[in-house]
Amino acid sequence: MSDKRATREAFGATLVELANEGIDVVVVEADLSKSTTTATFEKAYPTRFFNAGIAEQNMIGTAAGLAVGGKVAFTGSFAVFATGRAYDQVRNTVCYAGLNVKLCPTHSGITVGPDGGSHQMVEDIALMRVLPGMRVLVPADARAAAAAIRVAATTPGPFYVRLGRAAVPVIYDEGFTFELGRAYVLREGTDVTIASCGVMVERALAAAALLAAEGVSAEVLDVATIKPIDVATIVASVTKTGAIVTAEEHSIIGGLGSAVAEVIGENVPAPLRRVGVKDVFGTSGDPEELMVHYGLTATDIASAAREAMAARR
Amino acid sequence: MGQILTSDETRELARQMRCDIISMLAEAGSGHPGGSLSAADIVATLYGVVMKHDPERTDWPERDRFVLSKGHAAPVLYAALAETGYFEREHLGTLRKLGSILQGHPDMKKTPGVEVSTGSLGQGLAISNGLGLALKIDGETAPTVFCLLGDGELQEGEVWEAAMFAPHHGLTNVVAIVDNNGLQIDGACTEVMCLGEIALKFQAFGWVAVQCDGHDIDALAAALGGARKRAEAEGRPVVVVCSTVKGKGVSFMEGLADWHGKTPNAEQTAVALAELGCDGKES
Ligand SMILES: Cc1ncc(C[n+]2csc(CCOP(=O)(O)OP(=O)(O)O)c2C)c(N)n1
Ligand SMILES: [Mg+2]
Repeated sequence: MSDKRATREAFGATLVELANEGIDVVVVEADLSKSTTTATFEKAYPTRFFNAGIAEQNMIGTAAGLAVGGKVAFTGSFAVFATGRAYDQVRNTVCYAGLNVKLCPTHSGITVGPDGGSHQMVEDIALMRVLPGMRVLVPADARAAAAAIRVAATTPGPFYVRLGRAAVPVIYDEGFTFELGRAYVLREGTDVTIASCGVMVERALAAAALLAAEGVSAEVLDVATIKPIDVATIVASVTKTGAIVTAEEHSIIGGLGSAVAEVIGENVPAPLRRVGVKDVFGTSGDPEELMVHYGLTATDIASAAREAMAARR
Repeated sequence: MGQILTSDETRELARQMRCDIISMLAEAGSGHPGGSLSAADIVATLYGVVMKHDPERTDWPERDRFVLSKGHAAPVLYAALAETGYFEREHLGTLRKLGSILQGHPDMKKTPGVEVSTGSLGQGLAISNGLGLALKIDGETAPTVFCLLGDGELQEGEVWEAAMFAPHHGLTNVVAIVDNNGLQIDGACTEVMCLGEIALKFQAFGWVAVQCDGHDIDALAAALGGARKRAEAEGRPVVVVCSTVKGKGVSFMEGLADWHGKTPNAEQTAVALAELGCDGKES
């Protein structure tokens, strides 16, 4: 796990691969092509790349038109602007018509760091998850990101692929294929389930190691697709363990924690603890310091697991 | 009330602010030097000469308001606030660090003197209009709201929605200022998304447009200082379009989009501080 890469690094490179393979990919960016890495695509396919300038609503609207015209339209920008600023365009233009627009914004979550709360998007999964027809993918590493972007490109309809700025350890093997709607069981266990996504997956694995040292057997899931969520895998795991913790670099409202609560509440009611940002905005700081500040470390996940287990009768 | 500076004192304030900008960004290790330096003379003129403000009374109803719509240039605002006495200069060294009163983008809940939280581009002019309306409702006729926008920022649709609104509602107490440095992140504004003639666009929306050299303190003092009077005379809001150089004052940063959001290393910092004639008071 020594190799570290940001999930955003997979974006531009994968777009080039897809176009090379003959997929009718176009990209609309909003003045952030270097940060999002869509500049890589612009270089390879200059006539298929369009910069909307600092105009995210226009970026989504243009992508929608390109999709109506038969293109597979990807968009860039940062998570906070692509989802928040352009929400009505995403809802009423893209999702209402089920258009082939693939939002893959980068700089999600608090690992954005020093730019501060205005730029740390921790509500995007919630915003995207409630939209009918929107598929929401949260890849855990650069390989999963590349595979997720590939799934988005080749599956009709709107997609949201959540990418990050910070380098994260590579978890998956080369050639990993992303199965839409599948939660991956990364470690089997019997005492407690830890359902994680994105940058929290490596922390969930680290938490399981901490718990193992105390004789607690934790099962770790990578819920790489938040929507449609893998009900069967989550239910099977909680049926076995009887307690569950969710871990996400997102608000505990509306994201993975809420999605899992819905699944277990309707199928296998069990104690749940949600590790995530607790209904507050972010703040400036070093990404790793912020993960400690907001309680998003392996230690926090392990304590939440102990709490969930203690609440189980 | 804050004292009114002479031209020479204002030039010195701007130079000192540039020193602060370089020092705080070098210390932070991230942030936006280019657009902070391009706006230094504009912001120094506002805080040194043009605006009625009082660091001792941040809630003084009659104060003029400054809205930094291009919020990523927070360092230029923090430098002005520190140099005019809103908070201790020591805070500058905490920029962008956990627990600091100086967030990566302006935060009105954390920093004394910051009137409005910004960071998402394109929203400041609408907020300024709202602030201008509130002042009118309260019968506060004296204060002027000065709103500083980036040229790339003008690509946001909301700017033009607000540009339509201000003349319609006779908001002569709102002055828009454009830091027209010709660059955004992905390159020259003309290449990324051409804006055309900024002054003509505002005029077409019903504004009085004034052009100004954004690095000439006397010209700025005249244009910004006279904007409100001009607006009242014409019955329309005024925009001051300032020609500027991104990265102004640091030779290796000037005119390069690359220095939009990149901070200098130790060696580059030393060169920049020497060029600006900084005395080491900063850091
Ligand atoms: C709504 C929104 N979209 C994108 C960004 C990211 N961003 C920060 S600065 C910037 C470029 C700004 O260019 P300009 O307005 O010309 O500012 P200046 O040249 O004065 O730095 C961009 C795209 C943002 N902060 N807000
Ligand atoms: Mg500019």
